[in-house]
Amino acid sequence: MNLFTEAIDWIFSAERFQGYNPLGLRLGEHLWFTFLSLLLAAAIAIPLGYLIGHTGKGRNLAVGISGAARALPSFGLIVLLVLIVGVTRAPAAAVISFVLLAIPSILAGAYSGLEAIDRRVIDSARAMGMTEWQILWKVEIPLGLPLLIGGLRSGALQIVATATLAAYIGLGGLGIYIFEGLPLRDYPQMLGSAILIAALALLLDALFAILQQFVVPRGVTAGRVRDDRATSTRRRAVAGTPAE
Amino acid sequence: MNWVWNNLDLIGELTLEHIRLSIPPILLGFLISIPLGFLAYRFKLTRGLLLTVAGLLYTIPSLALFVILPPIIGVSYLSEVNITIALTIYAVAIMARSVADALGSVDPAVRQSATAVGFSSWRRFWQVEFPLAGPVILAGLRVASVSTVSLVTVGIFIGIESLGYLFTNGLQRRIFAEVLTGVVMTVIVALLIDAILVLIGRLLMPWTNPGTRRSANRTATQLPLAQGGGAR
Repeated sequence: MNLFTEAIDWIFSAERFQGYNPLGLRLGEHLWFTFLSLLLAAAIAIPLGYLIGHTGKGRNLAVGISGAARALPSFGLIVLLVLIVGVTRAPAAAVISFVLLAIPSILAGAYSGLEAIDRRVIDSARAMGMTEWQILWKVEIPLGLPLLIGGLRSGALQIVATATLAAYIGLGGLGIYIFEGLPLRDYPQMLGSAILIAALALLLDALFAILQQFVVPRGVTAGRVRDDRATSTRRRAVAGTPAE
Repeated sequence: MNWVWNNLDLIGELTLEHIRLSIPPILLGFLISIPLGFLAYRFKLTRGLLLTVAGLLYTIPSLALFVILPPIIGVSYLSEVNITIALTIYAVAIMARSVADALGSVDPAVRQSATAVGFSSWRRFWQVEFPLAGPVILAGLRVASVSTVSLVTVGIFIGIESLGYLFTNGLQRRIFAEVLTGVVMTVIVALLIDAILVLIGRLLMPWTNPGTRRSANRTATQLPLAQGGGAR
C-alpha cells in the first residue's frame, strides 16, 4: 500500500502544477481529444444509425461492422494511421482512429434505440397521420435517447482508453506520464497517472449514466410498469408454450 | 510486402505467443463468471453489487489497469501474471452480466416444469437452466474472447511480447507492412478463436444448429424445450 501513498503524493506534489509537463495541460489535452473525436464520431454515426433504425435496412451490415471493429487492436490502428498520414501529423491520425473506434458503439446505440421501441407505438403515430419526419423527431428519437446516450457512453470510454495509448505517438494526454515513467521505472509516477486515468474514465462514465437517466421522456417514466417482457414474449412466440 | 516474406518466422512466433496469452483469460473468465453470473441472477442484492462492480472495472482503461493491478495483487508490473489477471477481470466483467441475463432469459415455465418433475436445484441448474442459457452465454463468451485478443496487444508496453510488438517495432522502423501485419494477424487470431467457440457451441448445443438435426430424431416432448433454447 506504500506505493499508493507515493502515487497520491506524486499526484498532489507541487511539480504537477508547473514545469514543462503540468497536469492541467495533460488533462485538458485528454479531454479535448475525447470531446472532439466523440463529436465527430457522433456526427457520422447518429444520422446513419437513425437511418438504419428507422428504415430497418442495412441492420445486418451494421451488426457485422460493430462485431468486426471489436477485434481491431486500437493501438495498432493508431500506428497504422500515423504511418499513412505521416508522423508529423500524428494528432490527426490519432483523432481519425478515435473516431473510427467510437463509431460502432454510437451506431449501435442509435439504431438499437429506435429498434427497441414497441412497434405499436410507431404504428399508432403513423395511424394518427404523422409524417415520417414527425415520427422520427417526435416519437423515435425521444424514446431512443437513453440507448443512444448509452452508445455515446461506451464510445467515450473507448476514446479515453485509446487516448491513453496515443501518448506513445506523441499526442500528450494523461498517458504521457506512464510512457515517461516506464523507461525510468518511476513506479509512483506511473501509478499516480494510472489512477488519474481510471478516475477520469469512471467520472465520465458516471456523468453519462446520470445523463442517461435524465433523458428518459417523462411519459415513459410516468407510465412505467414492471417490465418483464424479456422473459415472456419472445420465448412464447417461438416455443409455443401456452400463456399462463 | 517483402517485409512479411523475410519475417515469417517472427510473425509465426508472435502469433503463437499471442494465442498462448489470450487463452487463459478467456477460459478463466468463463469459469469465474458462471458462479458470479448465477449469484447476480439469483439474488437481488448481489445482482446490483456484482454488476455495478463489473461495470466499473470494465470502465478502467487497459493500460491504467495494467499499472494499478500489480501492487494490489503483489506481482511485478512486468510479469505475465499481471496481464493474465487484468484480462481475466475484463472477461469476467463482460461475461458475468451475460451469464446473469442468459439465466434470466430461461422460460420460467420450463424451470417450474423441471422442479415439478423432481429435479433438485443443483441438477436443474446444470441439466436444464445452464444448457438453455447456453446460446446467450456463448454470445457473451464470444464478445469477451474477441476483446481479450485485441487487448493482449496493449501488453507490449509493459514488456509482454505479442503481436503488439509489430506495432511498436513497426512504428520505430516506419515499416507499414509490419504494422499492417500485426493488425491483420490480431484480427485473424480473434476470428479463429471465435470460430472455435462457435464450433464448440454447435457440438455442445446441437439444438441451436440452423435447420438439419432438429427435426427427425427428436421426440415431440423434447421439441419445445429444445427450441426454447434456440430462440434467438
